[in-house]
Order: sequence, then C-alpha cells, then structure tokens
Amino acid sequence: MDKQEYAEYIKRITPKSKIWNSIIRAFVVGGLICLLGEGLGALYKMWLPNYDQAQIGSLVSCTLILLASILTGIGVYDKIGYFSGGGSIVPITGFSNSITSAAMEFRKEGIIFGTCANMFKIAGPVIVVGVAVAMLCGLGYFIVGLFL
Amino acid sequence: MSTIIFNHQPRIVGWYSVAGKKESQGPLGETFSRIVEDEYFGGKTHEVAERRLFVTAIQGAIQVAGIQPDLVFAGDLLNQIVSSSFAMRDIGLPYVGIYGACSTMALSLINAAAYVDAGLVQSAVAAAGSHFATAERQYRTPLEFGNQRPPSSQWTVTGAGATVLSASKESKIAVTCATIGRVVDFGIKDVNNMGACMAPAAADTLERHFANTHTQPADYDAIFSGDLGQIGEEALRDLLKERGYDLGQKYYDCGKLIYAEEQKVDMGGSGCGCSAVTLNGFILDKFKRGDYHKVLFMATGALLSPTTCFQGESIPGVANAVVIEEVTE
Repeated sequence: MDKQEYAEYIKRITPKSKIWNSIIRAFVVGGLICLLGEGLGALYKMWLPNYDQAQIGSLVSCTLILLASILTGIGVYDKIGYFSGGGSIVPITGFSNSITSAAMEFRKEGIIFGTCANMFKIAGPVIVVGVAVAMLCGLGYFIVGLFL
Repeated sequence: MSTIIFNHQPRIVGWYSVAGKKESQGPLGETFSRIVEDEYFGGKTHEVAERRLFVTAIQGAIQVAGIQPDLVFAGDLLNQIVSSSFAMRDIGLPYVGIYGACSTMALSLINAAAYVDAGLVQSAVAAAGSHFATAERQYRTPLEFGNQRPPSSQWTVTGAGATVLSASKESKIAVTCATIGRVVDFGIKDVNNMGACMAPAAADTLERHFANTHTQPADYDAIFSGDLGQIGEEALRDLLKERGYDLGQKYYDCGKLIYAEEQKVDMGGSGCGCSAVTLNGFILDKFKRGDYHKVLFMATGALLSPTTCFQGESIPGVANAVVIEEVTE
C-alpha cells in the first residue's frame, strides 16, 4: 500500500458516526433547550408585565447561561453533550459550557494565568468569527443601502 | 536496521502495575498490582496523581524485586516529561528520562536491558505511565466540555507500570532481543485516529524483527501491540499480510484487551500506561504461571504535539519491539 492507498483503506475501515442517530438526538435535546427558553420567557412575561420583549429575551438568555454553567460545574453538562452532540453545543447553553469548562480546567494554574487566560480558549474563536461576520454583513447592508 | 541481541539475557526480577478505577473495571482489572480509585490519588491536580502513579509503580517493582537498582529509565506523555522526572524526586535514583510517546514502556525496557546487558549497571528499572485527565487537557478539550468523541477515538489509560531488570540469574524471565523502531509516516493527519497513524510503523518494526531474527509470528506464544486499538490492529494485520506475515490468533492489542466494549472507549485504550500496565500485570503474570514462554511485546507511539497538528503536519508513528523469553540458565 502506498500513502494514498493507505488513506483510502483507513477511510474504509474507520467506523462512521451514526448520522441519523446523532441528528435525532441533537434535534430532541436542542429542541428541549429552546422549549425551556420559551417557557422561561412566558414565565418572566407573567411576573414582569412591564418588561418589553428585548428585556425578557435577555433575562431568558442569562437564566439559560447560568443553568448551563451550574450543570457544567456539577459534572452533568458533559454527559448531556455526550448524548446529544450538536443539540447541546449550538444553543447558548453550549457557549456557557465551553467557557465554564475551560475556566474550571485551568483553575489549577491560578486565577489570572489559568482561568482568565484560558476561559475563552474554545469560545474565543466563535466570538471572533461572529464579530467578523457581523461586520461583513453590516458593510454589505450599508453598501446595498446606498443604492436603494 | 538490525535487531539488538542481548547476549547476557538481562533478567526481569520484579514488576508492578498501578491502574485507575475505569481500568480496574475492565477485563484486566484482576491483574493489576494496585488499584487507585481516586482520580486525584490524594493530590490537588491530575498531574500530581500521574506522578504518584509513577512513584507507586517504581517503588512497588523495586520492593517486589528486593534489590536496589542502579538506574531508572522512564517517560510519559506530558510536556517535558514532567511526570516521570518529578516522580524521581521521591525515588532518589539516577534517572534517564526518555520520550517515545506511547511506545515508552518498550523503549525504556530496551534501554534498561542494554545497560544491564553491557555490564554498565547491575540492575535498572524501566517505567512508563499516563493519566486520562492530563492527556485530555494537553491534547484535547477540558474534561467538562460537552462534546462527542468521534467513533475512531481512543481512551487514555490511567496507570503506570515498572519493570526491574537485573544481571543476576535468579529469575528465568529474560529480555533476549529488541528491534528499535523507525519513524514512519503514512500521511494520516486525523488526531482522532491514532491507530491508523501508528499501524505502518508497527508493521515496519515487526517486518524487520521477523526478518532479522528469522522468526515467524507462530514462533511466539503471543504477540502484543501497545495501543493500536481496533482500527490500528486491523490495519497492522492487513499491512503485514501484504508483506507475507500472518499474525494469526495469538496477536493481541493491549488497547483492545484493557477495556470491555460497554465501557464506551470507542476503539480501545491508549497512552503510555496502556502497554505499561498490561506488560507489568497480565503478560508477566502469565510468564510467572508458566502460560507464556516467549512473547513479542511491541509498544506503539504517535509522535505528535498539539502544535504540529494545528500547523497541519501529518502524524508520524514509531513502534519498539522487545522479546521476553523464559530461559533455561
């Protein structure tokens, strides 16, 4: 076998992720997290009738972030993640998990050089890409606006 | 290209293995000298725990051997091989740190055997070990990060093993020859498929070993590879078949032996500790009971670092093989 044949051979014998299984689990768990968000939104609306939709949305996000962070801290979120994959990574709770887990992992190296230096290790690239894409979209929107 | 023959046949006079809780629940659980259920081993960090595994294994092996060794060869996976070096603060013996990734157990054993065989020292210790949590931190993501492991991934063994070699003839188990591996790279870049990265190196070492020693797989009671896992094992069998060697039924991979299927380790175990605890438990115990008379033990390593992976380099492999044999005199 040469290198190319070996690469093809390895591709053939390597087990694949069970894609339908993963999709269904991600759909169910991701959906449940969103349902929880909707439920929280309805509750906050009932308790705080003077708040507008944007304020309610922020409260819901904060609650979900806090919940995911606590679940990470007590060692539950990684088990949810193992089961559901993208279903619990993509929602805002996954973002919270990525920051909390990194903060915990590097706590042993101290607050500044451990936790602070490393807590955005996983979430950092997501934020950078998010900001960059938002800027590009904004620029596009601005240019299109000039001609309309 | 040659295989080293140890004419004075250094003897294995003591061995000891210490493993974690998950390993104790696997099929080899009974064969470990000591089980440590606490993943921190009473320490503050997992890194401290890994050092304690080394201290426990080396002191245990020395105690079993009942002699004071002259030299220790040891290595691990952490940057600057801190686990073995720091463990030596407590051992207090002259120390040679070595790095062979997960092939370290065989590499340290070969080096110890060479020093004893040449008469440079009377006795020497060979040791290797790893810890799941420290390896995850160095090579992958935080422990509590909720991601899924790809089906081709392997699980780093928490454990350490140590072997004491001596020039005295009081034991019948000897290290008789060894083939040191060439670094082989077949261009695989997938960090989650270590078996595929290491199999070509394993095939190269075994092919050279069989040719140099004029032996066939059937001449051994058993042949062990370190941590190829399911994919690597299959690839090694096929690569060797292509070169005219059939490994047959007596070939095992330590990575596949150490965990049961329901333990969710995907392709099997990995890490320096995988082959170290299997050798210093299961394999040498079989010699003691007389089940084995001649074994080819080959530990396999993937020579990557997180930096090389991010820079897009492929992952080179290495495999070191050593023959452990019952000798008459």
